[in-house]
Amino acid sequence: MSGTQPDNRFVDTKPWVDADDLSAPERADFDASAWQLTWRKFRRHRLGLISGLFLLLCYLLLPVAGFIAPYTPNERSADYLYHPPQSINLWHDGSFIGPFVYPTVAEPDLVNYRWTYVTDATRPMPLEFFCEGREYRLFGLIPSDTHLFCAPEGATVFLWGSDRLGRDVFSRILYGAQLSLTVGLIGITVSFTLGIFFGAIAGYFGGKTDWIINRAIEILRSLPELPLWLALSAAVPSNWGPVAVFFIISIILGILDWPGLARAVRSKFLSLREEEYVKAAEMMGARPGRVIRRHLLPNFMSHLIASATLSIPAMILGETALSYLGLGLRAPAVSWGVMLNDAQNLASIEIYPWTAIPMLPIIVVVLAFNFLGDGLRSSLDPYKS
Amino acid sequence: MAALLDVSSLTIGFGDAAAVVEDVSFRVEKGRTLALVGESGSGKTLTCRSILRILPKAAQLRGGSIRWTPGTDGAALDLLTLPERRMRDLRGSQISMIFQEPMRSLSPLHRLGDQVSEVLHLHQSISRAEAKRQVLAQFDRVGFADPERAWRSYPFEMSGGMRQRAMIAMAMVGRPELLIADEPTTALDVTTQAQVLGLIKELQAEIGMAVILVTHDLGVVANMADEVVVMNRGRVMESGRASDILGAPAHAYTAKLFAAAPMIPATPSPARAMPHDDLILDIRNVSKSFTMRAGGWRGPVAVTACRDVNLSLQRGKTLAVVGESGSGKTTCAQVALGAVQPDPGGEVLFRPVPGAEPINVHNMTETQRRSFQRQAQMVFQDPFSSLSPRMRIQQALTEPLEIHGIGNRAERREKAAQTLQLVGLSPDMLGRYPHAFSGGQRQRLSIARALTLDPKLLVCDEPTSALDVSVQDQILTLLEDIRDQAGLSYLFISHDLAVVARIADEVAVMRAGVIVEQAPPGTLFHDPRHPYTRALIAAQPEPDLSRPIDLDLVAQGAGEPSGWPEMFRFEGTEAPVLRELSPGHMVRCHV
Repeated sequence: MSGTQPDNRFVDTKPWVDADDLSAPERADFDASAWQLTWRKFRRHRLGLISGLFLLLCYLLLPVAGFIAPYTPNERSADYLYHPPQSINLWHDGSFIGPFVYPTVAEPDLVNYRWTYVTDATRPMPLEFFCEGREYRLFGLIPSDTHLFCAPEGATVFLWGSDRLGRDVFSRILYGAQLSLTVGLIGITVSFTLGIFFGAIAGYFGGKTDWIINRAIEILRSLPELPLWLALSAAVPSNWGPVAVFFIISIILGILDWPGLARAVRSKFLSLREEEYVKAAEMMGARPGRVIRRHLLPNFMSHLIASATLSIPAMILGETALSYLGLGLRAPAVSWGVMLNDAQNLASIEIYPWTAIPMLPIIVVVLAFNFLGDGLRSSLDPYKS
Repeated sequence: MAALLDVSSLTIGFGDAAAVVEDVSFRVEKGRTLALVGESGSGKTLTCRSILRILPKAAQLRGGSIRWTPGTDGAALDLLTLPERRMRDLRGSQISMIFQEPMRSLSPLHRLGDQVSEVLHLHQSISRAEAKRQVLAQFDRVGFADPERAWRSYPFEMSGGMRQRAMIAMAMVGRPELLIADEPTTALDVTTQAQVLGLIKELQAEIGMAVILVTHDLGVVANMADEVVVMNRGRVMESGRASDILGAPAHAYTAKLFAAAPMIPATPSPARAMPHDDLILDIRNVSKSFTMRAGGWRGPVAVTACRDVNLSLQRGKTLAVVGESGSGKTTCAQVALGAVQPDPGGEVLFRPVPGAEPINVHNMTETQRRSFQRQAQMVFQDPFSSLSPRMRIQQALTEPLEIHGIGNRAERREKAAQTLQLVGLSPDMLGRYPHAFSGGQRQRLSIARALTLDPKLLVCDEPTSALDVSVQDQILTLLEDIRDQAGLSYLFISHDLAVVARIADEVAVMRAGVIVEQAPPGTLFHDPRHPYTRALIAAQPEPDLSRPIDLDLVAQGAGEPSGWPEMFRFEGTEAPVLRELSPGHMVRCHV
């Protein structure tokens, strides 16, 4: 060793300077806002990122669902009841034709007493693109009748089959997404507003307020959920339009969901309130409203967003369950739950398995929300590397 | 003969970054104590964790070797390449470790006896009765008055010092040849620290084990170590015999550490009493008791946090309140700032300008409250929790101005930039977030925030106890400069007499909720009267080999008040009266 002296004494001989730049950030990698740091970490959570992009895509498609769907939701093809899914082909007899379908003809099966569909594999019929179909409203406002693709004259394009009234399942799923996916958002907004408000005042003020809110939460949570949903939705007048019912349903879901969130907010508040920056703000004379808005909320907003992402699936499932039972949305409104209502009959699932296809988007979306929420939660604490 | 442990050219790094431990070499001889000294981030903890191979997952060993030669003629083992099974056999039986946080290193769900005897069951086949006998003997050795009770109790029933004793018992019960103690006393009060250090030393002599003591405190080094390794930024700066290094530090970094270490003056001289004619803060007869809900159906219990506290702070001076945790010093500070209402009969008077009508802090009108909040500010202990991570530094600094509606945007920004310069930082930092900065930098920010309102009184609640020695020195210098520049008055809460010795004009020593002695620091160190004050002074580890800790004084003064000499003893809960023995020197005693 270079600096070893007698008696095992060692002194480092490298030049040493007392370089202390007082204003230089110690952790240059942390020199960004908390949101940026969270994003940097979230980017590495691949499953969460993919799920997030997928959900983003889903929500972006909602306003233009009518354009993508070849049919409108309640358009009936009376000749094609319970039509099985059709495939779109590109090659016919070894030559490339482009996307086309084979026409089908319904034949009565008098033994099993149902329709069977015979595919005529000799006549490829190319799909039409940007074609005219039934009228729908783009973004719910602009009337339009252009569809991305539709079946050629004399053929049908039932990607995922048709239901008992001859409606296209694929198109209905797209339209159903409009309600099924937004019910979660509206529900979560209601539940958030209530949950943050009550959780915040319980956690911040403590004492009697806290006691009263906690007991209220416990009472709400002790009510059996399903019968309560049933009772509340049964109370919705049956002469209301589908949109009104939709709003009421999402608000009901939100009202029943807030106690859980309020508890999370409260416990987070209790711990954040002990942080010294909160005490510092109080000692400077900040009023409770300011302390809550400027110091407490920003510091656990990220936790809230993660928990919201994790509770949207519950809302979606709630809507589905209610509609499935026939107590949520009602026809002519289309949602995934309403579609599954048709699949209640075991026999029909056995014979026409495609009527249960709306379960797939539910599963995929719920999983995606869970992955996204998980990814967000694990990147919430950006200061740990 | 080979050394017991020989670490050579150890290099550890994370990811692609430069090594955080670089070319570290040292040897530990049998039965000797090696102190690994350094500030946070110096790599000392990683180094000693690599001996037990309990490094964080992301750490890579980039080179070097650690050779372990147990027994008298044992063969040398390379601890870095030993199979995991053999390594497990070593841990706890031949090499054991004590961690810094006694609360977090004991499982809260298991009784102490079970946790400690687990070590024995893991490494030898031993009957339950025999294990219990050995553990009880060990408990007795580490100073539990009733080993049977300690065996049955859970960690949360014990104080920090007692938990650390249990940790030591756990580390020693396997009779290891090497004990690694990672800052074993940093979380403890100074008197407890002295006793725990004494205990480690005693046990070491008894079973002849070697000790690696990781610490940032040169005072602890002087009291414990035979050999010293000084580390900075992952490199060894200097190593050698303790007497050599402490006597004549050769490296500039070691010299800097010495210069920064706070010391109680070796030859204190009595100081003149501080005048009390222009008081900015006057705490009169303040007591505070809290009612705690007892478990089950029992009625609430009253707990007294502080009793009969009278403190007066002269304008422009610093009054320090010193005591161990639970002595009531923080309650005093909270009462002084009006955050806690004292029991009836006590009052706190605040005079913003000389001769003005005093404001009663606990009975203010709304306008008085607003102006009091501007004039009295607080600096907190933990620099990591005192700034909101979601606020830019500018927002944090201008917030007090916003709350009080002072100035417009540009003026507030200007003021924030000014205070940043006042605390020695560059105004470029305004747009940054606090989480990129170190503890010392954050503590400066926190001081800057307290200063933006141009207060007259600053309450500092242990502002340096979470900082490294050299940073502590800088912050204390800063606080002194600001006090003199801006004519501030400080109420300074601390557990460290050496820090207080430097900054305070008057010191009040608290114990069990009462002030036991009060005097200017010079007088207090020159002629400490109260046994507890003497214990505090004796327990203070000094980086000076000629002033070792006097454990007898510590044991007497830091024990229960019932063990004090007759003159100072409490009668039941009644404490004797605080008497003025000489001008400005008050002691709680019977005459």
